Amino acid sequence: MNFLLDGFITAIRLLFQGDEETYAAVFATLQVTGYSMSASLAMGIPLGFALGYFDFPLKKQLRFITDTLMALPTVFIGLVVYALLSNKGPLGELRLLFTLPGIAIGLTILALPIVISLSAATVEAMDRQLRTTLISLGADRLQLLLSILWEVRFGILAATVNAFGRVMTEVGISMMVGGNIKWHTRTITTAIALETNKGLFSMGIALGLVLLLIAFGVNLALSFLRKK
Amino acid sequence: MNRMVTRIFKCFLLAVLILLAGASTGMTESKTLMMATTTSTDSTGLLNYLAPLYTKAVGVELKWTAVGTGKALALGQNCDVDVLLVHDPEAEQKFIANGFGVNRKEIMYNDFVLIGPAADPAAIKGKGTLEALKLIQAKGAVFASRGDESGTHAMEKALWKKTGADLMEKEAWYVQTGQGMLPTISIAEEYKGYTLTDRGTYYKYEAVKGSDLSLKILVEGDDILKNQYSVMALDPKHCPKSRYDLAMQFANWMAGPDGQKLIGDFKVNGKPLFTANGK
Repeated sequence: MNFLLDGFITAIRLLFQGDEETYAAVFATLQVTGYSMSASLAMGIPLGFALGYFDFPLKKQLRFITDTLMALPTVFIGLVVYALLSNKGPLGELRLLFTLPGIAIGLTILALPIVISLSAATVEAMDRQLRTTLISLGADRLQLLLSILWEVRFGILAATVNAFGRVMTEVGISMMVGGNIKWHTRTITTAIALETNKGLFSMGIALGLVLLLIAFGVNLALSFLRKK
Repeated sequence: MNRMVTRIFKCFLLAVLILLAGASTGMTESKTLMMATTTSTDSTGLLNYLAPLYTKAVGVELKWTAVGTGKALALGQNCDVDVLLVHDPEAEQKFIANGFGVNRKEIMYNDFVLIGPAADPAAIKGKGTLEALKLIQAKGAVFASRGDESGTHAMEKALWKKTGADLMEKEAWYVQTGQGMLPTISIAEEYKGYTLTDRGTYYKYEAVKGSDLSLKILVEGDDILKNQYSVMALDPKHCPKSRYDLAMQFANWMAGPDGQKLIGDFKVNGKPLFTANGK
């Protein structure tokens, strides 16, 4: 089992000697993660907030549905997005199959229920007294909304971190929709799958460590937001 | 409340627009040829070797997605690629008969081999292919099957059929991996079992494993084990958007003197993997 040690050494070499293929895969991973996180946060935080904050009919059922969608299997999302983006599918005209934005669409579908559900949960869990207190202090509607958003920021940060972890380490969607095309849609996870298929286990371990290192960096950056 | 809903809806639209804007910048209409191919052409390193040489010679970038032949044909049928490089002649003929493919060109071959542990519990070494399979079945020795509708899987099923064996889908010794060739070899190795592989992938496995190698070639050289690879364009009537011109340019280059020479020169560990036979 010395490929574990080999993998560790290879990981250091790949990163510090600037291996071109590894950096292409890192860049592809960051790109799809960036696109899909922006899209899912932009849509998910307002939707999740609304779902947790307002009372309306069918709210419970809607929460139940978003909770269930958190368990969407990624291979299934991959298949559905493939079917939509295929040239014989309804969105074939967009020519997004085997592209990074194509992968990002799938990853957004993966992340959105997580962001919505966890944001909604954190808004629901917020102290109900807060609203009354704020109103009694003379807050208008906008101030009320903003202060509540501020109060739930840590919960939303947790939702972000959670969705980020799922999106960056995803392999089924990236493989199915992206096609693992060298220099173009090969992400770190699909590269790991490929190296494993080639029997180059230490290379796979190395890429896994590279991915973990990036995740560490991102979470470190996010943890500074938590400081104050 | 209503204003809130419209605001949320606007946010939603904005996010979709941002995504699509990213998409359009990601698209480049430069000359690229998209190919679906079998796993063996990729994992042996053949395409990594050929692609830059092709781009240099012709000025067209070659992109490929390596899947089993079954899935490659499905991608072709859905017009998601421009050209196919596959190795299941029977399925290819059917693909053409169904009006999906045209101009199939044979470009190279290697052969399949039966590999297994050096101890050879079913005693198949040096036997004929069909006899060897019967011995494996009679002994109940583990046999790892691709089980993924790839070209190799199609060949394996055809061979079992010729032995007159009934479907042994559920028998414990018949392990269907559902994975590519190299993972399947690894699984056979873990089980100390047998498997059918193309020679190219076996050499690659040999090169990766070095002295740790435990599976040896036990049956080879039988005429029925020939493994023919072909390039095929998609029927422009079925797939008007696919780049038929670029596909034919690629097929002609691969079958022509330049491509044929490069294929013949390709070696792993000093051993040639494919024999060029394009016309």
